[in-house]
Amino acid sequence: MSAPNKSLFTPGPRTRARNRAEARFRASGLAAILAALAFLTGLMGIILHDGAPAFRQAFVTLTVELPEERLDPNGNRDPADLARVTTFKYAPLLDAALLRALEEAGAENPFAKAKKLRALLSKGAPAQLRARVLAEPELIGGSLTMRFLASARADGYLKGRVTRESLARERKFTPAHLDVADALLGSGLLESRFNLAFLTGSDASESRPEAAGIGTAALGSLAMMLVVLALALPIGVAASVYLEEFAPQNRLTDLIEVNIANLAAVPSIVFGILGLALFIQFAGLPQSAPLVGGLVLTLMTLPTIIISTRAALRAVPPSIREAALGVGASRMQTVFHHVLPLAMPGILTGTIIGLAQALGETAPLLLIGMIGFVATNPPASPAEAFLAPNSAMPAQIYEWARRADPAWYERAWGGIILLIGFLLAMNLAAILLRRRFERRW
Amino acid sequence: MNNCSQDTKVTAKNVNVWYGDNHAIKDVSVDISDRMVTAFIGPSGCGKSTFLRCLNRMNDTIPTCRVEGELCLDGEDIHDARVDPVELRARVGMVFQKPNPFPKSIYENVAYGPRIHGLARSRAELDEIVEKSLRRAALWDEVKDRLQAPGTGLSGGQQQRLCIARAVATGPEVLLMDEPASALDPIATAQIEELIDELGRSIAVVIVTHSMQQAARVSQRTAFFHLGDLVEYGETDQIFTNPADSRTEAYITGRIG
Ligand SMILES: Nc1ncnc2c1ncn2[C@@H]1O[C@H](COP(=O)(O)OP(=O)(O)OP(=O)(O)O)[C@@H](O)[C@H]1O
Ligand SMILES: [Mg+2]
Repeated sequence: MSAPNKSLFTPGPRTRARNRAEARFRASGLAAILAALAFLTGLMGIILHDGAPAFRQAFVTLTVELPEERLDPNGNRDPADLARVTTFKYAPLLDAALLRALEEAGAENPFAKAKKLRALLSKGAPAQLRARVLAEPELIGGSLTMRFLASARADGYLKGRVTRESLARERKFTPAHLDVADALLGSGLLESRFNLAFLTGSDASESRPEAAGIGTAALGSLAMMLVVLALALPIGVAASVYLEEFAPQNRLTDLIEVNIANLAAVPSIVFGILGLALFIQFAGLPQSAPLVGGLVLTLMTLPTIIISTRAALRAVPPSIREAALGVGASRMQTVFHHVLPLAMPGILTGTIIGLAQALGETAPLLLIGMIGFVATNPPASPAEAFLAPNSAMPAQIYEWARRADPAWYERAWGGIILLIGFLLAMNLAAILLRRRFERRW
Repeated sequence: MNNCSQDTKVTAKNVNVWYGDNHAIKDVSVDISDRMVTAFIGPSGCGKSTFLRCLNRMNDTIPTCRVEGELCLDGEDIHDARVDPVELRARVGMVFQKPNPFPKSIYENVAYGPRIHGLARSRAELDEIVEKSLRRAALWDEVKDRLQAPGTGLSGGQQQRLCIARAVATGPEVLLMDEPASALDPIATAQIEELIDELGRSIAVVIVTHSMQQAARVSQRTAFFHLGDLVEYGETDQIFTNPADSRTEAYITGRIG
């Protein structure tokens, strides 16, 4: 220190330079945070904007006459006889109902045949009606007011996706159909409402995007996550505790360590083909089953869990181990009473990160046959949830995104919203669990 | 080949310790008597803690550490293959140089040892052990109203006394104390010295200290270490009034250290 005028009120040149450097660093850090936030909000904005419409769907409320001579020619309400009547017999009833609804709305049928009106309704509408009649045969002979799924085109019109210009070259659904839709809208029979079936339903055939839901695929994902949690967490923690607390330090453990680190970097598709060879071709487990998917994802998640668990164990100060050993605790007591509880937050974080990765994994699932369209019904029993062919959310989303109709694209985005919702819920669970364990020190 | 003497509690014969290539303890032989306080003194880094940790095989946990020579407790070789170090450590308690309370409640810190050794048959009995141990460590009055508060939230000196309470709670036959009063004020120090004095009547206590006065006050025997060698070992009075070795004299009069 050489400066003669040393006052605390005027910082020296070195201090000022250091302060400037610190200010620059803080500014760049803040800029980085803002950039990351901007990306994130942009992404979330796009997802919500594109995906939210999938949760609403157009429905048409119709009053359908159910003539006995058509639906139960024998007049005995015998379920076997009723079941023999196919949807072909029901479809004209819907045409007639549409025609009547149009008349009530004070509009005319622009088409020569009433049959043409059918394009306003989902292709599944006759089946919807038939199922209701089979469940309640006493309805036959009277009339029934019911809400039917509108077709994807009509739905797209309400959502602004379908316009008269975009229909110019279509043959089945023409601008004239939009006139009918306008009339029904005017009388309140056509409306857009919250679509629970998207959350609970299964995939539908390619021509019925309006009927597809992600619920069954979500159950598939859930079953896989349960398998992963039940296998990867205990195996991963046991392996880490052994390696970290009990195993001697030698060549073999070094080799194992290197291998685990390498496994964590193996592309997921490799695990997929391994699962195909090992679990399906060799062990003979059923194809497309969430159990197999869960096993494959367990293989994939294990290295992540082991690495983070070992890091968490290593972060426990050795003095804690000494303290426990010093009062005469055995090594196992030391680990289970003192080391593991302290490492728990880290272990949980690693596990949830591993699970979240597994939840979003698509490629290995495609290899073992968990493709979007394999399940058309939700699993009937808990056993089936693990063993029956099913898909998973990301594979379902991938499948939808490949299909041509823009209505599928919208559903893919909707599925992504749900997937992100799942991930957020898992992260929330991780935070809550960590809090709980941290408070217990 | 057991040539350990029976009349002393702990016998060390020609003990050598290496940390990798660092020869930390050189050919040390000491007999530690039962019902007596033995003090280890010497300059920093001379190997007091290292030797102390040999006595309950705490050095087993350090991979680079190698211990050679004969160490006996009650005439039994503690390195014998039949000896379970867990059993040994239950009988030879230790207070570490750096306070290391468990990140659990104050109560749990003290109760842990008795609990895993099954020393209390009921909750009330355990409560009694905890209270008695905390009283002996001169901590009870300060923590009796917050036994469920975390032990890590105590001050440095309080943590040190908590560790002493934890060590005495299991009722060891030998108590190794590595600078147990280094962070204590004179009043707490006096109380801990009183405890050491009391313990020294029934068990073997070994204490490492940097305070000559403390060594002179509480111990009956003193060992002086220097650079890994045991320079002098004998009656405390004699060491402090009439040391045989010039290095001992230089150290206790403050000329080396
Ligand atoms: N864990 C360890 N790994 C490697 N070397 C060690 C270790 N612990 C101690 N040493 C070395 O052993 C020698 C003796 O250390 P020790 O801790 O026994 O000294 P000390 O007499 O207790 O000193 P202090 O009074 O400062 O506590 C020192 O040279 C030290 O560097
Ligand atoms: Mg020391």
